[in-house]
Amino acid sequence: MREQESSKGLWSKIRPQQGNLRLWQVGMLAAFFAIWHVLTVPGLMPPVYFDDANKAAFFFGEPLKVLGRVWDWFYLGAIYEHLWVTLWETFLAFVIGTVSGLVIGLWLALNPVASALCDPYIKALNSMPRVILAPIFSVWFGLDIASKVALGVTLVFFIVFFNVYQGVREVSPTVLANARILGASQRQLLRHVYVPSAMSWVFASLHNSVGLAFVGAVVGEYLGSSRGVGYLILQAEGTFDINTVFAGILVLTAFALVLDYIVGLAEKRLMVWQPRQGETERI
Amino acid sequence: MDSRDTPALALENITVTFAARDAKDTRYTAVQDATLLVAPGEFVSVVGPTGCGKSTLLNIAVGLLEPSAGTVKVFGEPLAGLNRNAGYLFQTEALMPWRTALDNVTVGLEFRGVTREESVIRAEDWLARVGLAGHGHRYPHQLSGGMRKRVALAQTLILDPQIILMDEPFSALDIQTRQMMENELLELWSANRKSVVFITHDLEEAISLSDRVVVLSAGPGTRPIGEFTIDLPRPRDVAEIRLTPRFIELHTKIWRAMKDEVLKGYARTRIQ
Repeated sequence: MREQESSKGLWSKIRPQQGNLRLWQVGMLAAFFAIWHVLTVPGLMPPVYFDDANKAAFFFGEPLKVLGRVWDWFYLGAIYEHLWVTLWETFLAFVIGTVSGLVIGLWLALNPVASALCDPYIKALNSMPRVILAPIFSVWFGLDIASKVALGVTLVFFIVFFNVYQGVREVSPTVLANARILGASQRQLLRHVYVPSAMSWVFASLHNSVGLAFVGAVVGEYLGSSRGVGYLILQAEGTFDINTVFAGILVLTAFALVLDYIVGLAEKRLMVWQPRQGETERI
Repeated sequence: MDSRDTPALALENITVTFAARDAKDTRYTAVQDATLLVAPGEFVSVVGPTGCGKSTLLNIAVGLLEPSAGTVKVFGEPLAGLNRNAGYLFQTEALMPWRTALDNVTVGLEFRGVTREESVIRAEDWLARVGLAGHGHRYPHQLSGGMRKRVALAQTLILDPQIILMDEPFSALDIQTRQMMENELLELWSANRKSVVFITHDLEEAISLSDRVVVLSAGPGTRPIGEFTIDLPRPRDVAEIRLTPRFIELHTKIWRAMKDEVLKGYARTRIQ
């Protein structure tokens, strides 16, 4: 009886809760790598599924070797050139796609005639699987970064575009009428009402678009390039070096998280006016 | 004509007909042949049953809507476009949520090209006048409903409009906050008398605030059916004045005129 209670007490102390969430998250990651390790290292487990002890490692890689590869990349410095290229492509695609989506979205949303005219084409362009444009972009823009940026831009543009379009449509008619009565000119309405209102929608979409800019860069590299993390993965795949492929995926994931975090920071700074859930500060 | 006799706002024989966008032959006449004159410095309340087109009249007066027939004159001049002499207090939230209270108050000055320093000084002053000194840095979602209304009031009054149009501005507030706001409004108004058109469905509110109460008929085809001069002494306290015999007398008289229309309006909403 006593023992049960004390073990219960122990569990209630270490169970996942507000204070130790990070610890549990790290633990889950460690457990994932541990299981991966146990299941793939040749000879550690009796071969249950594969007839050959080396096959598991061949298909799924070995975490220690994967981490070793990542370490080598960063320690010996071979990755930086490729990573830099991929991030630069992502950044350019993100900025160009966001700005053009913002400008064209605002313009179309405030121009009913133009928007009615372009409507079917926008829908068509959006529903098209735009990744298939990658080969065309390679032909147009060559195998250097321009073709990858172009692919990323087509992915980012539409997300931002549709969000801006929606944001402008959803401007509160009362706020709009109020601003007009307070004396806003058309330009001032655009700057002080439409753009801020659309920005909240744009920020909601930025997490998506930064991810897709990354996708555009990596897929573009994967389809034909001479630099970039996608190129590293492609090379490794060609020689069935599965550990390097996984190392590439690991690095990409880590940097996608970093990019997302940066967007989150920017959002927090610029969107202070938005009520957050659970925020009850009133006076 | 003597300029003092010129009404600040004159709605003459206004008719407003809305045509349904998809079926042009289904029309709805919200306002029919309505005339409303407001003298400079006069506080006029317009009461009427729900859905009778009170807000439509205000939208006409500010120039957001154009009447199907009739004329709008502002200080004798026919109105074209938005009414630059008018301020408008909305029933629903009209503050810009992405601006702080202070920046919401300065926005009208900003639109007029007043420098930032000057508009901030004037806005701070107005925030203090509506009892919000020190709250300028807060965003609308961090303020209570009553405080947001005060910010809206400051936002409108800082531009010193000659005509103030109010569309049930306090209807969303609880009764105590509401009476406080009404007293504050009267104080601000008596310090600098402008023409006020105050729309409400609350007869007590109308009587306690106004110089004159105009009763509208039930829609469709709303028009004024009665006018009552409120001869209660000023300054008034809106909570106390409700207990005076003269107030009750006026209330009974106006309510008698309103009752049939209210019942009509109620019957109409029930059918719908």
